[in-house]
Amino acid sequence: MQVTEYKPKIVAFCCNWCSYAGADLAGNNRLNYPDNIKIIRVPCSCRVNPMFILRAFQRGADGVILCGCHPGDCHYTSGNYYTRRRMALLFSMLSYLGIEKERTRVEWVSAAEGAKFAATMNEFSAQVAALGENKRLEDLRCKP
Amino acid sequence: MRKCSLTALDALFAKMAESAALYLPVDGDDGRAHYAQWQEGLHLSDALNTVRSAKDFFFPQTENLMAFKVNGKTIEIIDTRTEADDFIVFGVRACDVRSFDILDTVFLAEPADSYYANRRAHGVIISLACTRPAETCFCSTFGIDASTPAGDVVCWKTDDALYMEAKTEKGSALMAALADLTEECDTDAVKAQQATTKERMAKLPLADLTADKFGGGKTMEFFSDPAWATLSEACLGCGTCTFVCPTCQCYDIKDFDTGHGVTRLRCWDSCMYSDFTKMAHGNPRLTQVERFRQRFMHKLVYYPENNGGVFGCVGCGRCLTRCPISMNIVKVMKNLGGDAK
Amino acid sequence: MQTVTRDMLVSRAKALLADGTVDRVLGWKAGEFTYDVTPGVFTDADAMEKEFVYGDFCGANFSKYLLTEARKTEKKVLVFLKPCDTYSFNQLLTEHRFDREKVYAIGIPCDGMLDIHKIRTLSAEGVTGIDTDGESVTVHTLYDGDKTVARADALAERCVNCKSKKHVAYDELLGEDGEIIDSARFDEVAAIEKMTPDERFAFWQDALSRCIRCNACRDVCPACTCEKCVFDNPNSGVENKSPANSFEEQMFHIIRAFHVAGRCTDCGECSRVCPQHIPLHLLNRKFIKDIDEFYGEYQAGEKVGSRAPLVDFMTGDLEPSEAVKRGETNA
Repeated sequence: MQVTEYKPKIVAFCCNWCSYAGADLAGNNRLNYPDNIKIIRVPCSCRVNPMFILRAFQRGADGVILCGCHPGDCHYTSGNYYTRRRMALLFSMLSYLGIEKERTRVEWVSAAEGAKFAATMNEFSAQVAALGENKRLEDLRCKP
Repeated sequence: MRKCSLTALDALFAKMAESAALYLPVDGDDGRAHYAQWQEGLHLSDALNTVRSAKDFFFPQTENLMAFKVNGKTIEIIDTRTEADDFIVFGVRACDVRSFDILDTVFLAEPADSYYANRRAHGVIISLACTRPAETCFCSTFGIDASTPAGDVVCWKTDDALYMEAKTEKGSALMAALADLTEECDTDAVKAQQATTKERMAKLPLADLTADKFGGGKTMEFFSDPAWATLSEACLGCGTCTFVCPTCQCYDIKDFDTGHGVTRLRCWDSCMYSDFTKMAHGNPRLTQVERFRQRFMHKLVYYPENNGGVFGCVGCGRCLTRCPISMNIVKVMKNLGGDAK
Repeated sequence: MQTVTRDMLVSRAKALLADGTVDRVLGWKAGEFTYDVTPGVFTDADAMEKEFVYGDFCGANFSKYLLTEARKTEKKVLVFLKPCDTYSFNQLLTEHRFDREKVYAIGIPCDGMLDIHKIRTLSAEGVTGIDTDGESVTVHTLYDGDKTVARADALAERCVNCKSKKHVAYDELLGEDGEIIDSARFDEVAAIEKMTPDERFAFWQDALSRCIRCNACRDVCPACTCEKCVFDNPNSGVENKSPANSFEEQMFHIIRAFHVAGRCTDCGECSRVCPQHIPLHLLNRKFIKDIDEFYGEYQAGEKVGSRAPLVDFMTGDLEPSEAVKRGETNA
């Protein structure tokens, strides 16, 4: 009997200037990270508004990770500082509503940190897989 | 007429719940009454009425009309209708029972709304006469007798017993099933209660409210009344009045993209909303004054005009207690037509 | 009972109308019963004499009405502001939502407003009249005679947890100004934080599932002043009138609260108007509490022109992962 391993669906919002290039570097260096990570490129981590995160969950994501430049290194000077405050409040609110805090994460990954990108994704994927399917922030209509 | 001792009420509910889902008003944690499906341990609320009306059972806030599934170049159309199971709604007050007549006129007129008709066919309404109408009640304005509601079965609750009388075939069938738990009785207690309630009704603060000046054919008389502007000036444009109203029946149809198909939903709409009846050029009612006017003109003039003089309001008083700014149909009726109180 | 009386407000408003300072007055109009007062606009002294009321049920926050009223006036519009309203007033000014020159604000002290739903629960249904004095509330009922409840028990939630009796904006003050109060308004938030995630989820599912999407919380909110709300915009992809799925209630209420985070003055209008009695203020207060703890105490509307926490940053701000941990254990 074949047992299919549960693979969580993960959406990763990656800043064009750092983390997206970091993902590229991970690929060039032949570093493995799970194929269930779906990357969405954004011009800056600050482009991601709370609705993006919620919509990702609605559409079936089991975990959402947001990657941007290290604080101080933003291509647009200060975008990621705003992101940091926004996500701190949003994640705290999600936890307040009883949604598992392990499903969301913000990580700063630079263009030179291919290894960190791969390691982060492996770790996050395992963390979400341990939680199982997202049930608390799901839209049943969007289930297949 | 038959009666059942209040001590045997739980057994009566249990018997009803055997054959169909039974819903009745129960007290919520917030101290207000809401409909809930009966189960062992739930008790009938003593509150006069529920926050949301009983229309939800026949015309739910959201329902799934159909679904489409995209498969390559074909689209599969899925009928999401399921034959509803029988259900019983217990404790519906006279005003809410009348609201079903108003909804019927809209939804059962040809072409009948099969979703609504299906629920009506499967639902049994057990009404409950009022004994302590509130200061916000004005059902008598629309000719409703709170002491003698309509319904499939009518009930009167006294201090010691529940008196029941079947009014329709559905009601008789239900009463026959309850024969073991009820006993034949005279109508003295009920008559006494009716008399008391009528006395109380006559003394209510809104007992003198009349809708005589409204009705079909009065559109031109009220449409341009300057009072609309002042009455609506504080209106927030929220949908509270329309959503707690037992007779508001407007809905919108929305397609929801599920990513792998489409779910078509019908959901309540509110004429107070800026996107109500939105067309290519936008909303024909540009400001809140027109939207506000639409709601009350519909209840007091347009609906009677199209339906033989029957008003689209039942005087349940929900909008009086729920409106965030305390604007409501009573104030509108009193202030229109230049004879402000 | 309020320390300022109806007559004080009416005579002051009439004087300002007469000397041409103002041509519109925002006030309260009498209803059928004691408690159902409606906000309204008065343009002449006669109408004020006839319809103007003031009392324990005049809780509506008039700040938001200034957005439209300040545009209609040729001179100035007169508005009466309770202490909590003045915070919303300042916040709207900070966001340049109305012309300060078009408004004449009179600060009025507030002794807390009453909640008719609480009164009904405490006394009886069928409330025909209500008399109040400093300590107690006498309720005249249809069937249960007169009932007396303690005034403190009949206060609206937001008044029980009043954060300030001090006016932060006015042109003129009637009566005495008060002080900022060290309220216990975050206690309930802290209690929820202490629950387990499962309990928190159950609590909010129960509360949010009652939502009927009437949008009253949004429409009354003085911080919600978008010309077109994203939830009303069919092109946004999130517009929906129907609470078809529990996700939609979560989404609506998280986004509603988030959008006013850092701008919400905690005036409590959202919870006051909710027909389904959802404790919406607990969402807003969670954001306020987090902001206070993460980025330093901040009271929206305290000063005109202050920079809201979400449009500001420090290089050493807390990481989101740390924030979540703190939010859970800090209680």
